[in-house]
Parts: sequence; structure tokens; C-alpha cells
Amino acid sequence: MADTNYDVIIIGSGPGGYVTAIRSAQLGFKTAIVEREHLGGICLNWGCIPTKALLRSAEILDHANHAKSFGLTLEGTMKADVKDVVARSRGVSARLNGGVGFLMKKNKIDVIWGEAKLTKPGEVKVGKSSKPVVEPQNPIPKGVKGEGTYTAKHIIVATGARPRSLPGIEPDGKLIWTYFEAMKPAKMPKSLVVMGSGAIGIEFASFYRSMGVDVTVVELMANVMPVEDEEISKFARKALEKRGLKIITEAKVTKVDKAANSITAHVETKDGKVSQITADHLISAVGVQGNIENIGLEALGVKTDRGCVVIDEYGRTNVPGIYAIGDVAGPPMLAHKAEHEGVICIEKIAEVPGVHAMDHRKIPGCTYCNPQVASVGLTEAKAKEQGREIRVGRYMFNANGKAIALGEDNGMIKVIFDKKSGELLGAHMCGAEVTELIQGFVVAMNLETTEEELMHTIFPHPTLSEMMKESVLDAYGRVLNA
Amino acid sequence: MPINITMPALSPTMEEGNLAKWLVKEGDQVSAGDVIAEIETDKATMEVEAVDEGTVGKIVVPAGTAGVKVNELIAVLLEDGEDASAIDTSGGSAPAEKSGGDKVPAVPESSSAIEVGAKAATDPVPAPKNADGDRIFSSPLARRLAKLNGLDLKALSGSGPHGRIVKRDIEEALAAGTGKAAPAAAEAPKAAAAASAPAAGPSADQVLKLFDKDSYELVPHDGMRKTIAKRLTESKQTIPHFYVSVDCELDALLALRTQLNDAAAKDKEGKPAYKLSVNDMTIKALALALRDVPNANVSWTDENMVMHKHADVGVAVSIPGGLITPIIRRAEEKPLSVISNEMKDYGKRAKERKLKPEEYQGGTTAVSNMGMMGVKNFSAVVNPPHATILAVGAGEKRPVVKNGELAVATVMSVTLSTDHRCVDGALGAELLAAFKGYIENPMSMLV
Repeated sequence: MADTNYDVIIIGSGPGGYVTAIRSAQLGFKTAIVEREHLGGICLNWGCIPTKALLRSAEILDHANHAKSFGLTLEGTMKADVKDVVARSRGVSARLNGGVGFLMKKNKIDVIWGEAKLTKPGEVKVGKSSKPVVEPQNPIPKGVKGEGTYTAKHIIVATGARPRSLPGIEPDGKLIWTYFEAMKPAKMPKSLVVMGSGAIGIEFASFYRSMGVDVTVVELMANVMPVEDEEISKFARKALEKRGLKIITEAKVTKVDKAANSITAHVETKDGKVSQITADHLISAVGVQGNIENIGLEALGVKTDRGCVVIDEYGRTNVPGIYAIGDVAGPPMLAHKAEHEGVICIEKIAEVPGVHAMDHRKIPGCTYCNPQVASVGLTEAKAKEQGREIRVGRYMFNANGKAIALGEDNGMIKVIFDKKSGELLGAHMCGAEVTELIQGFVVAMNLETTEEELMHTIFPHPTLSEMMKESVLDAYGRVLNA
Repeated sequence: MPINITMPALSPTMEEGNLAKWLVKEGDQVSAGDVIAEIETDKATMEVEAVDEGTVGKIVVPAGTAGVKVNELIAVLLEDGEDASAIDTSGGSAPAEKSGGDKVPAVPESSSAIEVGAKAATDPVPAPKNADGDRIFSSPLARRLAKLNGLDLKALSGSGPHGRIVKRDIEEALAAGTGKAAPAAAEAPKAAAAASAPAAGPSADQVLKLFDKDSYELVPHDGMRKTIAKRLTESKQTIPHFYVSVDCELDALLALRTQLNDAAAKDKEGKPAYKLSVNDMTIKALALALRDVPNANVSWTDENMVMHKHADVGVAVSIPGGLITPIIRRAEEKPLSVISNEMKDYGKRAKERKLKPEEYQGGTTAVSNMGMMGVKNFSAVVNPPHATILAVGAGEKRPVVKNGELAVATVMSVTLSTDHRCVDGALGAELLAAFKGYIENPMSMLV
């Protein structure tokens, strides 16, 4: 009989779950991971990664459309072949999906295929998966364990989240899409309404706009990407609108009429006026909600709150031996937050010395629309709300040599310091490659530098990163190139 | 260089202890981990271990000395090849107040002079060193916060990678009141911040140790519980509370309430347009009292008195798992019916946890009513930025003396808690008198 007893069982192999499994194995725990659909979870199969592949195609197309301004002439026209663009994106996911399988094997982590249910503390029953394999994803990996009862001292719930839907505007997979359908269009639509301008909504809006689609974004809040610093949101909005994206803020979709091949969205603005927008599809991107159902949490009395499992700073639920990490354990619902939460959780279980709770203020966020948006820490409004005295520095891309040479001179970087201590409270960016730049400030924050160390750091020339230093200098009235 | 051994803090709250016994004598060889002395606190006797190896060069504080301050130099270790002449106890690592000796500025000026702001570039200061001359690893932010708060890095232990002192350690030291720099450095203007920082209670481990492992269940705190704990602790630790109580006769108010409720217009289904409660009238009376006594309608900031132009009355609503205080804005201007209907809506949405932040943040005062639970009288905790909170008890029939005769009246006791920094006792009394006036002559609330 196969061994079914483990030290640690992780439910869900998304970026939080599989990374936690690897760390668990590194710490010497006998570890298993349960997955019902695809190794790597939404992030790798239907989220972060395949959208980046789509957006890369969009970016190349955008560049080609501006070839002339770089002195290049394109003979004929460059056009997107939707089937191949999607195929490339799916291929990227498939490759990484296989990679996770390899990592599990390499770290001697057992993969158990099916639906997990917590039956009592320390016990997981795995039933038949309810989810079919979606091609061209790799089929169910070889050598996985199947249905049965498994036991472990520590069970970590990492079941992730799924798209939230609004009543009356439930996605049907045909006319009303979620990210699943938006990720693999059979043909390029002519027009789209995107409901919600968070990272998911705005990235699809940006992708489809680059593909020549007429896109209207409807956002409930006053600014697009409402979690971002207001100044950056407004800056990004202008840039997106310049690219032909239509954006309606402080508005909600109250009703969607469906015709045979189109939808008509009723959009009500703050002043009570209702307008109708007809488009081929509506993408519902109004956030995600935790997968807390049907995994036995209720029966065991695991406390949940507003669709998420309630945990302490080390991922522990109210039931000893049951932990939760990642999206299912609450916002921000980001892969890198899930990974770190998982590592902290398992290290605390292993009593690794020096484990500390995650500082939620140091979780960066990246949105890969064109232009990109990236941030970490407090927004200006939040910092003020906390009653802090602050110093704010800004620097614009149009004064940076590298940005001009790249033909990417529309962007800005904003930093916020605590006036008294010089603590870097927040950094906010919009423009080319800022999703790669932000990490500089994340490291600075994590090492607890003040403005002084940043000013004494040598930034290579010519790079976009020089703008980071200039923004710091600007906060202290010492900007050089502006 | 000689290694200084200082009085250790054996618990976060320990400030001083008795040096009960030396287990080594001058000239003894010790290595790291050897027990060298016994320290007595008010609760226990604990052992002190050597953290370095060397020869005991000098015992500074003799056995049997009581009241030795934490971080005071108690002995000096000599490293290989050093002799006692290397000892200079005045260069100790901490607030070394030698027994019977002079106070010495134990923190050398240079190591505490951490630069602040952009202007500091003139004379780069090396990272702080410990008594061995080794660098103390600390984050730049930790160094600056230590400087701002008058803490001595040498007195702190780091929780960061490889013992690096990070912001968290500074915050913990401030909370526990440990790690104060020597008097010289403590004169820094911000030193007061350390003293006023909230004290930490017993740790989770200390609490749990008092109970059998399976005799309880742990329920993680949700956000609301954490906020309540944080804000109320902050309030009680930073706000000097002052309490004023008064009894109000309710009969006139109850009669008016019946009259008003009977007069309420009814819709098609016979539902009245409003149904006033005593609480609604209490809110209105407090708002009007604040209008009449504007000096009590204030918030405290370190720099200014915030004089509010309107009475925004928060009302504590108890909900499963905690409480929340939605705010009736400009309550002095609102008719009772509006206040009543707003309260009903707030109460309902509060229970569903659906209040928006702008509906429960801010406010200039608050009402906490436990009358419906039969409470006679209590005092509430001021919820900053409010300067006052009114605790309302039950209206109950009580014997009262009227015109020298014993009579029965419906009486409600209320207690006003004030932030004494901005609302003094007499001012609180004046506010309560105005409040009582409205409650006992309720018609005046209608005009």
C-alpha cells in the first residue's frame, strides 16, 4: 500500500502552494501537494504569465506601428494573427506548467491529483477532479497519486481565488467573458466593454486596444487602477486615452442586454445618466474571490471572513494544524504575496529562527498595460491619512536620456518619504519598464534605507533607473537634471 | 580591547535588579555560555551568562548590590594578552552609573550623532561600534529612529538577519521602554517620545504559559479586534481621562417622544415616517450642548486646539465581534427625525459590516448607550480625535426629592469622559449642564 502519511500537505499548486511545497521539502518535511486542474495554478496557466505573453505580442505590434519614428520602414503591414498570438501564450503556460511538474519531482514532493477536502484535523480526502484538462496544457502529469485519504501534521490551504461576478452580469463564456475567455479569443473582436479597471481589466483593455479593438473601460471609482496613487492613476489614464482607450469612471454597468453576437451595456454615471454601449463582448474584471467552498472548512470550524480564510501573521487559522496562504487568505491577491506568505508559514512551522511576519506595506504591485504601472508602499493620500509629514519627489521620463533614446519619454516616478525619519514610505511609477524598476525601491525599503543612502547610491548611466535617484533628489530639493 | 559586561534586562519590563552573587572572581577564565553571576528581580533569580571568552578583569558592581540599573556596567572581561591596566570603566558601553561614582556619558558623542536630513552630509559618521570596536549592524532607518528617540543601539539586540538592528527592534524597544541612551543623549528633544510610547503587556507566551495547553482555543484576531485593541490602548495611554457624571430626569422627554412619534406621518402601509428613540434624542441633546459650549467641541493636536464648527456625533454600535462608531454629521443642525432615520440605517449596515470608512472616521464626540442593557452608569474610553464621550445608562424609576418631598421620576445617569488636555473639568461640567438642560426641557431641542 502506498504511503499516505505526510508531514505537510498543501492544497493547491498555484505560485503560493508550489513554492511553499518546495520550501517545505527543503526544510526536510515529507511533503505532498494536491492539485485538481493545472500545476502552477491560475497565475501560471490563466493569469500573470499568459497575459504577459499576449502583452508582449501587443508591444511588438505597437513598436512596429511606430517603426517610422525610428527610421525604419516596414514593407507591407504588420498584423496580428489571433490564433498564433493565443497559441504562443498557451505555449508559454504549457512550458512553465511542465516546469512546475519537474520542480515537484526534483524536490521529491508527491503530487496528488484531485479535489481535496479536509475531513478532520490532519486528514485530507482526495476525490476525483471536477475539472477537465484544457488543451494545449500538459495532460495530468505522470506519476501522480490519486484519490484516497491522506494524513499530515500540517495542512496548508492554498486554493486561490476565482473571478468575482456581479448579479445579472454573470459571465457566460460567450458574450460576457472573464479572463479565461479573454485569454483565448477565437477571433479578434471589433469592440469590447471592460468592466473594472484593476490590474486584470486594464491589462486586457490595453492588449485589445493594441490589437486595434475599440475598447471602453467602465470603472466604479474615480480613478483607473484605484489602488494606485491618484496622481499616477490620472497620469496613466491620460496615456491610455491617448492610445484610443475610452475610459468612463465613477460609473457602473447596471444591466447587460445580450443579442445574438453582441452585448449592450447600460452604463450609469455618477450624475444618474444612463448611456448604452454596444460591443462584441463584455469582459467582467470586477475582482476575484477566495476559493473557500467545498474543501471542508465549514465542518472543521475554520473561521472565514468575507470570502477569505482568517489567518494570523504566520498563516495559522483558528484550527491548530490548518493554515492558509495566498489569495484564499485575503488581499492583496498577488502571486508574490502568496509565495512569501507560504514561505513564512512553513518556516514558522519548522521554527526557523528569524522568521518575521510579512510587512504588507512592502508588497509591490505591477500592472503591465502600456504604459506600465508599478508601486510599493503608501500612496500620498494614505501617508497623509496616517497623519505623517511627508516629502514628495517626482521625476518625468521626458528629462531622462535613456527614455528619450528608447522613444519612451512619457512616464513619471514619484517617491514619498517620511519627513522626520527619511523613511521611504512609497514609490509609484508609470512608464516604460517600470515593472522592472520598482524592485530597486522594494529592496531599498526592505533594507530600511533612508533618503541619504539612496542619494549616495550610484545609478548606472544611461538607464531609466537614474530617474529613481532623481526623484529622491527632487524630494529634497536637489534634483540635477530637471 | 576589554569587553564590558552590563546588567542585562531579563524581561522587557525590567529596569533594575539586584546583583545577588558573583560566580566568578577577578582573574578567572570564562568562556561564552559560562554562568558568571546571579541576578535577582522582584520575581525571580536568574543567571547571567558570559557572551564572550576572556579573563575577568574587574568586577565593578560587588555582589549584594541592590537596584542595579539595566545596562549599567557590572564587570569587565579582558581578552588574551590584555592586562587590567587596559580597563577604563568610564568608556563603558551603556549608561554606566558606577556605584558611588559620577555619571558618565556612556555613549560617546560620535557614535550617537546619527545624521538627520540632507544637511547632514558634512561630517560622515561611522556606523556605531560596540565596546569591542566591532561594527553594530543596523539599518540606516533604525539608526535614525534611534537617534530621534534617544535610544542607544548598543543597548538593543537586533532581530534582523545576523542580528542586524532594524526598525522593528526600535519600535519594540520604544514600546517596552528599554534601550534608552545615556542621559546626555536622552536630552534630545524627542526623548519624551520613548517615555510616552505605549508599554507592552505580557507576551502571548507569558499569557499562554498560565493555562493548560488543551484548556483553551485560540481565535486569531480579525481587523476590527486589532483596531479596537490598538486604538483604545492608545487612548488610555495617551489621553488623560477625566470623568463627570450627572443624573437627568427623563419624564418630559419620554412624554414628548410619545407625542412626536404619535404625530409621525404614515405611508400607505401604515409605516410611520420616523420612530424616535431616547438615544436619538440623546444624540441631538449632546450636539446642541456642544453648539452652546463650543470650547468643548474640540480635538487635541500637539500644536493646536482644533475648534470644530459642527457637532459630528459618533454613536457606538455594538456588533458581533466588536463595535463601530458611525457618525451623525452636523447633528446640531439635523431634525430628530433625520437623526433617527440615519441611525437606523447606520445600525443596520454596521451589523452587516457595510459602513464606508467616511461614515465612521472622524467625528467630534461620541455617545455610548448601554441603557438598553440595564446598565445604571459607566464611563467610556475617549476615541480620538474626539475630546469627549458620553456614557449613557438606563432610564429607570428612582426616588427623587422635589420641593422637599419624596417623589418618583424616571432618571438616567450619564457620565462624560473628557480628554483633559483640551476639555478641563469645569468645561466638561458646563457641557453636561447644557446637555441636562436639553434632556429635561426637551421642547428646546425642537426650536
